[in-house]
Amino acid sequence: MRVVVDQDRCVSSGQCVLNAMDVFDQRDDDGVVELLVESPAPQQHTEVRNAAAACPALAIHLEE
Amino acid sequence: MSDTLTGATEVSADVPDYPMERDAGCPFAPPRQMLEMGTTKPLSRVRIWDGSTPWLITGHEVARELFADARVSVDDRRTGFPHWNEHMLSTVSKRPRSVFTADAEEHTRFRRMLSKPFTFRRVENLRPAIQQVTDECIDAILAGPQPADIVAKLALPVPTKVISEMLGVPYEDHEFFQEHANAGLARFAAADAMQKGAMSLHQYLINLVEEKQANPAEDAVSDLAERVTAGEISVKEAAQLGTGLLIAGHETTANMIGIGVLALLENPEQAALLRDSDDPKFIANAAEELMRYLSIIQNGQRRVAIDDIEIGGETIRAGEGIIIDLAPANWDGAAYPDPDRLDFTRDAGQQLGFGYGRHQCVGQQLARAELQIVFHTLLRRIPTLQLAVPVEAVPFKHDRLAYGVYELPVTW
Repeated sequence: MRVVVDQDRCVSSGQCVLNAMDVFDQRDDDGVVELLVESPAPQQHTEVRNAAAACPALAIHLEE
Repeated sequence: MSDTLTGATEVSADVPDYPMERDAGCPFAPPRQMLEMGTTKPLSRVRIWDGSTPWLITGHEVARELFADARVSVDDRRTGFPHWNEHMLSTVSKRPRSVFTADAEEHTRFRRMLSKPFTFRRVENLRPAIQQVTDECIDAILAGPQPADIVAKLALPVPTKVISEMLGVPYEDHEFFQEHANAGLARFAAADAMQKGAMSLHQYLINLVEEKQANPAEDAVSDLAERVTAGEISVKEAAQLGTGLLIAGHETTANMIGIGVLALLENPEQAALLRDSDDPKFIANAAEELMRYLSIIQNGQRRVAIDDIEIGGETIRAGEGIIIDLAPANWDGAAYPDPDRLDFTRDAGQQLGFGYGRHQCVGQQLARAELQIVFHTLLRRIPTLQLAVPVEAVPFKHDRLAYGVYELPVTW
């Protein structure tokens, strides 16, 4: 799995960190998404998929 | 305003009126008529106060898709926008643009100015403070007379104290802004009745922004004041953004706590599951399920189509109004089997109580933390909590934009 985030689309909801806090973070100043892990481990895949589904701005893309 | 009939679109005369009323015997359920509409189609026409006939979205999947669709606008100056009431229409040109009424890049700019205090990790760090405020309120309830009103003693003070601290609004002023926030949330308001309350709250925030420009502190209004000083936004825009945070930050969560406690008292098996759990994931999902079950933001999220949209077997034409009602979408049986059951064991992760799309609630992580802490702590600390009046005697907020209870007398 490869994760791509679109910071321009991001609306700082925090849904990605809520679902997968080891893979995503938010910028301190405005809450915009920061990707911590580009290729998550297999045991992280479910939470990353949940994060992508929960993102209200559709700013997380997964290549599987 | 008359109907906008474009092309071949015909609107029949028997279109149901919106908003719709809940059944008196089912205070937690969305209006029955709305649920029935949702069983046949995920979207249908309704007639609103000005005679226009926007689309009402009742299906979960269609709601999610339209919330995330860039062809759907929140700009209330556009023709065809389905205004809440006369007041909102009459003030549309007077109100500064805000995070609620801006699209695309303008929205992103406003949104990012507001997001700093609400990041997931910042809110996680606030949990001890929220826990302390909650415990102090419960201490006071236990030390006071019975029956106690959960709304006045817990539901209102917890979110009000937390958001006041976060924004840098003196808590001593809470009576003032609660009163004016209430005036601003009346559901069927006439133009002049709401004007006074909204304007004095706006002036209060203007004064506060100017004060924070002179004496900045570590709080959200100081952050906005800094942007005013830097020339990024006007004082009026900053006051508008601050007003939004202040109202949304206490009124919504307070209503969710009040009616959420009632839902727990009416579903003792579910309350017991939550009381007995030490699993943060279970406690978090219980709060999501209460949000799904109760969908307190009634009256619909208002939008207007800026292009033709084919969805759910219908075509929404450019310029037609769209009302996405969270309650029927959260009770869509296709997304949640047996939706009328409060069930903490179901996965409620995709509930739409905070909306969805780029306008999804800015303060959602704070609200989640507050709800998780308040419900669990209350059930643990007062396990014998019970309603002091018959449920039929509880006064519900049918007339407010945010549904809830006016008071909730309890004993223990």
